[in-house]
Amino acid sequence: MALKIVVCIKPVPDPDYYDKVSIDPVTKRITREGIPTIINPVDKNGIEAALKLKAQYGGKVTVLTMAPPNATENLKEALAMGADEAVLLSDRAFGGADTLATSYTLAKGIEKLEEYDIIFCGTESADGATAQVSSQLGEWLGIPHLWNVYNIEAQSEESFKVKTKVENGFMEWEIKLPCLLGVARELNKPRFISAMGIIKAKNKPVTVWGKEDLEAEEERLGLGGSPTKAGAIFTPDLKRKGEMLTGTAEEIAETIIEKLRAAGVNIPTKGEGCSIEGGAQG
Amino acid sequence: MKKIWVFAEYVNCTLDRVALELLTKAKELAAGLSGETEVAAVLLGSRARSACKVLAEYGAEKIYLAESEELGLYNPMLYAPIITNLVKREDPDIFLFGATAIGSELGPTVAAQLKTGVAAHCVDLRINEKEQLVANVPSFGGKILGEILCPDTRPQMASVKPGIFVQGEPEEKEPNIIEEDVRGIKTEGLPLKAITLEKKEIVGVPLEKAEIVFCGGYGLGCKENWEKLEKLATMLGGAAACTRPVVDEGWAPGEHVMVGTSGKSIRPKAYVGFGISGATHHICGMKDSGLIISINKDDKAAVFEVSDAGAAADLNKVLDQLIAKLS
Repeated sequence: MALKIVVCIKPVPDPDYYDKVSIDPVTKRITREGIPTIINPVDKNGIEAALKLKAQYGGKVTVLTMAPPNATENLKEALAMGADEAVLLSDRAFGGADTLATSYTLAKGIEKLEEYDIIFCGTESADGATAQVSSQLGEWLGIPHLWNVYNIEAQSEESFKVKTKVENGFMEWEIKLPCLLGVARELNKPRFISAMGIIKAKNKPVTVWGKEDLEAEEERLGLGGSPTKAGAIFTPDLKRKGEMLTGTAEEIAETIIEKLRAAGVNIPTKGEGCSIEGGAQG
Repeated sequence: MKKIWVFAEYVNCTLDRVALELLTKAKELAAGLSGETEVAAVLLGSRARSACKVLAEYGAEKIYLAESEELGLYNPMLYAPIITNLVKREDPDIFLFGATAIGSELGPTVAAQLKTGVAAHCVDLRINEKEQLVANVPSFGGKILGEILCPDTRPQMASVKPGIFVQGEPEEKEPNIIEEDVRGIKTEGLPLKAITLEKKEIVGVPLEKAEIVFCGGYGLGCKENWEKLEKLATMLGGAAACTRPVVDEGWAPGEHVMVGTSGKSIRPKAYVGFGISGATHHICGMKDSGLIISINKDDKAAVFEVSDAGAAADLNKVLDQLIAKLS
C-alpha cells in the first residue's frame, strides 16, 4: 500500500527562550525579539512518524502549515528531514485565528490536496499550548481522530492499532483510515537533518496558497472566524521573598525542617512521636 | 434561566475529581450571574449512576446521565455526539471540562461540532460586568497570561487542569437525574474502536493529594538522588515530583510525577525543590504551593525569586542531612 500522508506543523518561537518573553509596557504587546522561530518540537515527531510509515509502505509525505510567509524556512527544514513536498497557507485573512479558525483553514488546505490516508499533528504547540487544533481538524475533515498517540502499529491497508496516553495509563484503539493522529513526544525520536537532506530539499516544491486558492467560507477564517477573542494580557507576579539560607548543609536541613513544621507539615519530633500543627504560609 | 455545565469524567468506575473542583468553581460563577442560574453535570458511562450522588453533593443541581454498556470505554465518536446533542437541546451558557487526557480531546471536539470557542487550560475563571465568562489562559510556558472570552457563541467553553481549582465542601443532597435515551448508540460500524484501558496502580500518596512534595530537577544529576526524594517523601507521607528532564533521563518513573505546564499542577502545603533552575514551564505547575523552598548550587538560579526560602548549596549534602535528621 502506498500511503498519502499529511503532516501539519506550526512554526513557534523556540521554547528554550520563553523566560525572555515579556510584555512591552507601552504597546502592551508580547515582545519576542531575538527568539528564533523553530518547528514546534512535537510536530517533528509527526514528521518522523510519517517518514517511518513511508519507508515501510511507500507513498508521499506532504508538510502543511498556516503561517506568515517566512515559515518557508521551517518547511524547508521539514523537507530536509525527508518530506516530499510542502504547502504554506499564508494570507492576511488567516491572521488572528483561534483553534477553530486555524483548524478550519488547515482542513481547507488538506481538502485541496489530493486524497489522503493519514494526517499527523503534534499534540500541542509550545507557545499557545491549547492542544485543540488536532481534534478540531479531525472534526472539520469528518474523519476519526485520536490525540496523545504514543504508539502506532499498522495492521492492514485499512486500519491501525494505536495507543494513547491517559493519566497513569493508556488506551488501545483500532482506527480506520483515513484518520488523524495527534502524536505525543514519546512516539519516536525525530531524525536530524543531513547535508544530503538539505541539498535534496532545494529541489522539492513549496506551494503557497492564499485565501483565493482555497474553497473556504470567508467568515470562518482568521480573527472574524474565531469564536474566542483575546482580552488583556499580563505577566503573573510570582515573586516571593526569596530569603537565602546560609550555613552548613546540616544547618540548612535543620532550618528546612523548622519551616516545614511551621507550614503545617506533619513531622514527628524525634523520640516523642508527637506532631506540631501550624498554619500555612505564603 | 442561565445554565453552567460541568463534564464529569467517569473512567474505570471512578469519577475524576476534577469534576468536583469544577462544580465548586461553577457554583462560584453562578453567584456572579444575575437571575437564576443552574449548575449541572454531564455524566456518561456504563454503570455510572453511582457517581450521581457525589456530583449532587458538590453542587450539581441536575445530572444529565447517559448510561450504556457501549459507553463503558471512552470513545470520542460516541461521547461527542451525545454531548453535542444535549447542548443543542438545553443551550447552556457555560460548559467546563477537566483538561485530563480525555477532556483535552473531548472538549475541543464538542466545540468544533458546535462551532463555539474553548479557552484551554485556564488558571482562573470569572464573570465580567457584561456577564461573560473571562478565562485566564497561560501561554509561553506560563510566562504570559491572557484573557480569553467567547462573546458571541454559546456555550462559552473552558478546560481546566486537575489541581487548579480547590474542591469545596460537600453538602448532603439527593441527585436530580435526567436520564438520556442512548439505547440506539453502538460502536459497531464506527471507524474508531476503543479496545482497552489500562491504568497503573499508584504507589504511595498521589502527587496531587500530597501535603508535602519533594521535587527534583535536572540538577539532581542521578537516579540515586531521585530515590532519595522518594525516601524523604515516604518518611513524611508526601510525594516525590520532578521536572521534564528528570523523566527524560529515566531517573523518575514517568510523566505522572511531572509538575509543570505539560504535567501536573499541584498546591501542597509545602514544596521543596532540589536542582531546579526555575523555568516557567515548571513554575507554572507549583506556584500555588503554600511554602516554597529551593536548593540549587547556582546562587543566581531564577527559582530563588519565586521561593519563600532558598539555599545556594550542594543538594547532595542537604538531601543526606534531611534524611539523617528525619529518620
